[in-house]
Amino acid sequence: MKIQGSEALIKCLLEEDVDIIYGYPGGAIMPVYDSLYYYQEQLNHILVRHEQGATHAAQGYARSSGKVGVAIATSGPGATNLITGIADAQIDSTPLVCITGQVASNLLGSDAFQETDIIGISTPITKWNYQITKASEIPKILAKAFFIAKSGRPGPVLIDITKDAQFELMDFSYSKHQNLRSYNPDPKPQLNTIDNAVELINSAKKPFIVFGQGVILGNAEVEFKNFIEKSGIPSAWTILGLSALPTDHYLNVGMVGMHGNYGPNVLTNECDLLLAIGMRFDDRVTGNLDYYAKQAQIIHFEIDPAEIDKNVIADVAILGNIKQTLPKVTQKINNNNHKKWLGKFRELNQIEYSKVIKNDLYPSKQKLSMGEVINEINLATNGEAIIVTDVGQHQMVACRYSKFNQSKSSITSGGLGTMGFALPAAIGAKMGAPSREVIAIIGDGGFQMTIQELGTIFQTGVPIKIVVLNNDFLGMVRQWQQLFFDSRYASTEMINPDFVAIAKGYFIESSKVSKREYLKERIHKMVKSTKPYFLEVIVEKEENVFPMIPTGESVSNIRLN
Amino acid sequence: MKDKEKYTVSIYAENNIGLLNRISAIFLKRHLNIDSINSSPSEINDIYRFVIVVTVKENLIRKVISQIEKQIEVIAAFYHTDQETIFQESALYKVKSKSLFEERHIQNIIKNSHAKIVTVSPKFFVIEKTGFREDTEKLYNDLAPYGLLQFVRSGRISVTKEPMKITEILNKSYIK
Repeated sequence: MKIQGSEALIKCLLEEDVDIIYGYPGGAIMPVYDSLYYYQEQLNHILVRHEQGATHAAQGYARSSGKVGVAIATSGPGATNLITGIADAQIDSTPLVCITGQVASNLLGSDAFQETDIIGISTPITKWNYQITKASEIPKILAKAFFIAKSGRPGPVLIDITKDAQFELMDFSYSKHQNLRSYNPDPKPQLNTIDNAVELINSAKKPFIVFGQGVILGNAEVEFKNFIEKSGIPSAWTILGLSALPTDHYLNVGMVGMHGNYGPNVLTNECDLLLAIGMRFDDRVTGNLDYYAKQAQIIHFEIDPAEIDKNVIADVAILGNIKQTLPKVTQKINNNNHKKWLGKFRELNQIEYSKVIKNDLYPSKQKLSMGEVINEINLATNGEAIIVTDVGQHQMVACRYSKFNQSKSSITSGGLGTMGFALPAAIGAKMGAPSREVIAIIGDGGFQMTIQELGTIFQTGVPIKIVVLNNDFLGMVRQWQQLFFDSRYASTEMINPDFVAIAKGYFIESSKVSKREYLKERIHKMVKSTKPYFLEVIVEKEENVFPMIPTGESVSNIRLN
Repeated sequence: MKDKEKYTVSIYAENNIGLLNRISAIFLKRHLNIDSINSSPSEINDIYRFVIVVTVKENLIRKVISQIEKQIEVIAAFYHTDQETIFQESALYKVKSKSLFEERHIQNIIKNSHAKIVTVSPKFFVIEKTGFREDTEKLYNDLAPYGLLQFVRSGRISVTKEPMKITEILNKSYIK
């Protein structure tokens, strides 16, 4: 029996075990929505309030579940509204399949109504993209899309389908994609590199690990833990590596990078061996490359060949999925501990504690600090929650102070730094991990970039918790203005609306707190709620995030104030 | 650090719509100007070969190559110096027929340059010259004073002195 291309698309999604998609209908995608109507039982479509929200929700879903996130939109503005989320997914290696409608193939290139060259626009920010003009292409291309999105270093794929292809009748059959002659998702390490790494690790006196999201994307948390416990090497995380190793693990020495911890940043320039595991030496991690770990030998464990020697030259590069490569190294290395060296991290952590952390978590000032809010959330959730953060000061504070017991628990926009990410991403995160508590922590600026997704929360009833840390400023930009632009606060102060009233307008239970004495109680009330909950916390207006590596400085010149 | 040098980039890829866009986007992203570009079938059925000439530092071209290879539909990419390749460009020169008969010197220019006359008509004639950039440029400079109606030069085409081993790459391909 012949079916329409639009129905074939739905069947493809079901074949790939997709049960939730995020989207927004419109002219050029209407046949697909019409087919969706008949599959509502099997395929839950979440109607977002803006297509950007669809991509971020799909990202949140992908990152909490480990599955591919799916977003769908119409042509023209629907498609272009996906772009920010696609760019975010590309730089943060999130597997997405985005489906866009397109004008009928006979109109392509004619500047038809709601026509835009989404293939051209999305090319530099997708792992792969393709325009379907015939219904018969749909199964093969969708299978290829899912294969590419989730294999190797994951990333976003965009499939553009002309309206006539959605209507066209075809014979449906589906088989999953297995391989492509031009694409190697599972590269293998070169001969001897494992042995070379083992030798360096065994002879290192002050080895140091920086790990990233590769540990999470490779499902290699156990392999990673086995490796560090046998080698006894102090391990620091990049922002996207957060939660791959429990916060209280004895070898977890904190975060590297611009607002990372004092110890791991300073000691990057003292270690004799730096092991980069599933991370890509982003400039926010390395500071000035001319002064980055120059004294150290470098071993880079990486699945993407294009990342090797891109920013930092590796002495030994171990290509491949760390789930396979790490155990080979673990097996051959000596049992070791680096007590004295680990002690240096503890010492520097004490300095950071007395100069920064203590004041952040237990402030003497009257106004609430962002850090103490995070601390109360930790106490209320015992480190079991998924924390979704937006971008800015609150993000740095939340990532620095949140406690995590399990992996896939921190979801944030790292590489792209997309304000507006957290609210829709939290929706997806909760749907991807329904049994877990999901708390979105957002600044007052970012909240207003995708605030319309409160409508999605109301309509679906997805029980996420939203904490807005309100300082009436675009805080991170204000901090830079204060430090590097002589306190000229150009366009960073925000006159904000009554957020609680807005949340109430969406019938979301909400409250506001500005006094320390009520903070604990409100957070407990929020966490106990089984429904969506909005909490606005009025925090100190001009708090600064430290430590900080100023742009262009070496990691070891990190400032504590 | 070494200075900029001219490199010939050879890319073996599937012949799919949009791939050229994807490849040129990588140069665009790094603010690199492409000196010349050519695409054609390769020695292997169904596989296309792009030849791109750029002038960059070697450490940069190496990164560009791996970012090109990262593209799903690219099978392999290489870069070579002029010394490592045999390369040619083609040029066409359209000249008024009148000058061929009135300016005797033109006939000598054509003869000495070993250029080929492709077509002659009462109004114009077309000369073709294949060679190095200097050769086609010299002929351009020699003919220009007599009035060129049109001039066009192709992108560089190039083969390497060493074997390319694409078949081997395809044979050990990622088919499980």
